[in-house]
Amino acid sequence: MLSLLCFLLSLLFLLLLPCLRPCFSAKGSLKDKKKIDKGTYVVGEEEPPKGLRRELMPRHVAVIMDGNRRWAKQAGLLTSQGYEAGAKRLIEFAELCFKLGINTVSAFAFSTENWERHKIEVKSLMYLFQRYLKSKIQFFQSKEIRVSVIGNLAKIPESLLGIITEIEDATKSYKKKHLILAIDYSGRFDILRACKSIVKKSEQGLIREEDVDETLLERELQTKCTEFPSPDLLIRTSGEQRISNFFLWQLAYSELFFSPVLWPDFDKDKLLEALASYQRRERRFGCRV
Amino acid sequence: MAELPGQIRRMSGGISQLIEQIYGFSRRCLFRVISMGPIPSHLAFIMDGNRRYAKKHGLEDGSGHKAGFSALMSMLQYCYELGIKYVTIYAFSIDNFRRQPEEVQSLMDLMLEKIKSLLEKESIVHQYGIRVYFIGNLALLNDQVRAAAEKVMKTTAKNSRVVLLICIAYNSTNEIVQAVKKSCINTSDNMEASGNYKHEDRDSDIEGTDMENQEKRIQLVDIEENMQMSVAPNPDILIRSSGETRLSNFLLWQTGNTQLFSPAALWPEIGLRHLLWAVLNFQRNHSYLEKRKKQL
Repeated sequence: MLSLLCFLLSLLFLLLLPCLRPCFSAKGSLKDKKKIDKGTYVVGEEEPPKGLRRELMPRHVAVIMDGNRRWAKQAGLLTSQGYEAGAKRLIEFAELCFKLGINTVSAFAFSTENWERHKIEVKSLMYLFQRYLKSKIQFFQSKEIRVSVIGNLAKIPESLLGIITEIEDATKSYKKKHLILAIDYSGRFDILRACKSIVKKSEQGLIREEDVDETLLERELQTKCTEFPSPDLLIRTSGEQRISNFFLWQLAYSELFFSPVLWPDFDKDKLLEALASYQRRERRFGCRV
Repeated sequence: MAELPGQIRRMSGGISQLIEQIYGFSRRCLFRVISMGPIPSHLAFIMDGNRRYAKKHGLEDGSGHKAGFSALMSMLQYCYELGIKYVTIYAFSIDNFRRQPEEVQSLMDLMLEKIKSLLEKESIVHQYGIRVYFIGNLALLNDQVRAAAEKVMKTTAKNSRVVLLICIAYNSTNEIVQAVKKSCINTSDNMEASGNYKHEDRDSDIEGTDMENQEKRIQLVDIEENMQMSVAPNPDILIRSSGETRLSNFLLWQTGNTQLFSPAALWPEIGLRHLLWAVLNFQRNHSYLEKRKKQL
């Protein structure tokens, strides 16, 4: 009798758990008691929106652009249209970040694991990257945005490789704004590649085993293309709360912001919300402040 | 009349024992229901918020960490009752050595006391047959703490039911560097053993072969097996208390596909409901994550 009663109570508890969710979940959002003041936002390179402080802006923001397919499904569109909307959103996102004084924006465009997706979907993604990058070369030049592409790149089509080389060459002299696209990227392979580079240099007598430390390894990662290899803030959209083999090493002390919004819907207001959450956080790096 | 207060005390003691037993029984029933679905095999915790807890309750310095230890014991009990085999905790980071010396010393003293208590007969180690690993750069610890940690590892080496990994003097970038160094040493040793010599010739064909050989020499599995955390599978869930949402250089290599959960509760306030919420969310995403694991 008692065990039956306990069983029924347990089931009741399980059914009620979803109602208790607001008590449990807390990312930056639980601390976000203040709303962002939309009315006084001024577009321009000098004035950050009200509620944000320029000196507390992150130098490097990374983003995992999740939710394009779900967005397309919800809107009754094709998957390729979802990716198009996602690409457009990335350009707007990057532009806005640069206007707010953020130096580096990196985006997880295509993971090594994504090769397992349907061949047609992968092909259409590669074609999208090619078309979009080619069409935006002049835009990046006019805005003085340096573009770098990191990743294994072993399997991507030659035509896309050509565009990547072209866009990197055309924008390599720009310093103040840097857009890094991670294509065919894996955090673990980045570390493995750094390890292989260290082995090679060690065999060539360029470094000794005792010289191998965290600073040296970090310099061998693909993010060596930027002055700020470690993102201050990582944003992941669509509600999933995991890193998915993006920057593993580089995210050691990054603030993580998980938004339930799908990537194509991650507009200016959502970005400001993420930045406001970031600026409210106390970053201790293991010490006491 | 003089016996009355004593009787009341005995009665209230008996009632609270009864309530505890009913609670324990209900909890185990609840776990049985939940374990009809997939259960994570490895849970990791970043135990953040002890000092803020002490401040919030007006306690003296150090009391927060003691309260945190009690919360840890409860959480371990829940995890092992639920059937989770591996639990990893971030006890002390290499970065924490940069705190005030008095605080570091007090933490070391507390850790020494608690590590020694693991070997007592009534401890949770014996109750659940826990094998304990201390993961980190143990050379950075003082002799007493290091010796106590090594003794616990040796004493529990034969236990196999469940595993507790205590990350102490640890950070993930240090773990990765040590694994990379070991991989490099193993690679050179293997190269010497197989009689391969360096090519100084700049001929592109030979360089190409060199690169190809290098590509084959070190693989992901070489780095992985040299990681200290290779004694456990990758965590399924990482819970960080106190609402902070960052990894703080913890298990960076291992948490690529781990579900992250950051309840607002300070670590001493962490309870069963947080664990249940994390596990239920894990169950919700389980089939998708299993598909991803197979793809890797």
